[in-house]
Amino acid sequence: MADAALEALSIPGGSRRRSALRKAMQRKSTIAFLMTLPLILLVALLVLYPALYSIHLAMLNKSMERFVGFSNFLFLFKRETFWMVVRQSCIFAITAVIFKALIGFIVAHFVHNIPSRGQRKWRGMLLVPWVIPPAMSCLAWLWLFDPSYSAFNWILDKVGIAPVSWTGDAYWARFCVILVNVWIGAPFFMIMYLAALKSVPEQLYEAAAIDGANWWQRMWYVTLPMMRNIMAITALFSLIVTFANFDIVRILTAGGPIDRTHVFATWAFWIGIQGNDIPLGASVSLFMVPILTVAAVLILRDIHRRASEMS
Amino acid sequence: MTTAAIATAATPGRSRKYGSISRDRRWALRWSYFFLTVFAIFFLMPPVYMLITSLKTSAEISAATNPWWAYHPTLSNYIELLSSSQYLTFFRNSALVSVIVVAVTMLISVPAAFALSRMRFWGSAALATGVFLIYLIPETLLFIPLFKMFALVNEHTGIQLINRWWVLLFLYPTLTVPFCTWIMIGYFASIPKELDEAALMDGANYRQILTRVFIPVALPGLIAATIFAFTVSWAQFLYPLAFTTSADQLVLPVGIVTSLIKGDVFNWGQIMTGTLLGAAPRSSSTRSSWTTTSPG
Repeated sequence: MADAALEALSIPGGSRRRSALRKAMQRKSTIAFLMTLPLILLVALLVLYPALYSIHLAMLNKSMERFVGFSNFLFLFKRETFWMVVRQSCIFAITAVIFKALIGFIVAHFVHNIPSRGQRKWRGMLLVPWVIPPAMSCLAWLWLFDPSYSAFNWILDKVGIAPVSWTGDAYWARFCVILVNVWIGAPFFMIMYLAALKSVPEQLYEAAAIDGANWWQRMWYVTLPMMRNIMAITALFSLIVTFANFDIVRILTAGGPIDRTHVFATWAFWIGIQGNDIPLGASVSLFMVPILTVAAVLILRDIHRRASEMS
Repeated sequence: MTTAAIATAATPGRSRKYGSISRDRRWALRWSYFFLTVFAIFFLMPPVYMLITSLKTSAEISAATNPWWAYHPTLSNYIELLSSSQYLTFFRNSALVSVIVVAVTMLISVPAAFALSRMRFWGSAALATGVFLIYLIPETLLFIPLFKMFALVNEHTGIQLINRWWVLLFLYPTLTVPFCTWIMIGYFASIPKELDEAALMDGANYRQILTRVFIPVALPGLIAATIFAFTVSWAQFLYPLAFTTSADQLVLPVGIVTSLIKGDVFNWGQIMTGTLLGAAPRSSSTRSSWTTTSPG
């Protein structure tokens, strides 16, 4: 309605003498297009073009002079390290997301349980890991895991347990990167779940209580169905971010020991930037695309469904 | 789940005088506080440990005494770091990049969000969805082709883009603009149409509708977007690591990681001081955003 009114207004404003170009500039759709033009240019030049360009790059040889088709990919398939990275990326992302979701869910419940006066204070405290820049908090964790001065080993020593080589041993190093990721990501889940918990109408719980539902039944038949959407979106979104994560592994272990903790992003950086093999690095990072696409499609479907439910 | 199980288990052991529901609630509350404390300890341990280490001298750290306590607290790390020109350069680079990126982000995303939410044009609906999808493309997918693109630009035009801090001004908006546009579309769409109609009746043009009506009304959303843009640019690690190398071009996170670690010698007291100081602007801005934008 407003648009029509505006168009009607702008026509008398433009006198007949103005050129066609001027008229086109005055048109609503042209103005709108010009207003979005910087966004379109930015996205086209620095996101979409590089994304497509990386497909082209992945098909060149190391010195980037010759087109070699899929041989970079075939080369990767033959390398054992590649399969290790695939496995580690999946383990890393899936385990971390599950634990983030679990901890976020549990903590959100506890925060929801306490009187609302104190909630803000606790929420602020529990958000701390999420607001510290990940590169900085990873350094703190690196120092906590330090081979000779580890503060955890000091405690273990006091209790009489042998020191653990946190980032030196492959299994412990995998545990460490996942632990740090959970530490950084769990507050985000907590905040999302807390908002979802607060949006569940109190009447539903009252009705359930009158029907004699116990705690489990209230949880299973009221809370979880009401939160399902937000839980799915948060988990999928976090899956994308975790799967593409770079900072944590890069700072804590730099992929070591012997490439055991590399994920796609760090391995691509290692090969592409540090090893100067840009085509191979590009092909490694392209392997992230399938899982990212699946997650993105699921998120989009969910958003559309929610939008159509609301309208 | 444990709270309820324990709370119900605890009930029979006690006398039933006070009514089981209120006691259930009281026990649930106690267990909530207990577990919240446990989680808070887990969540706050690294920053607290940062603080403890930052108060120690190198000698005290290498003496391997109780790592969880500073016996001779000193501010020497802070003084040394805040008077070191290198650290101040990192800080200045970070601050410059973040502030300019925030400004650029707002200049791009606010008009775009206005156009996408109020003025229909060919492809605008697809673009609004596309903006969110673009946000899901991680930077870890783009840094290698971007690196090659910048090298090619240098080859063809002679403009050196790699190892210049200002190149981050072009890169960071790719991370901030899509998300900020997306949330601003949401905020603008929630403004009632009657408001722009009233402005139109008073003879306002598009620019005036945007600056006089939309921006003031959607101010909380605008603040949230600003803070999001700031925190993202302050914390970004991959792009500066890949695109800048020499010490005077580094931003804070990369600067601390690469320059304070000299060979295998980690000056942990200073590293922790640096990270603590570096974490402060982002943490405080996010916290304040939370208190200003959250309704509770």
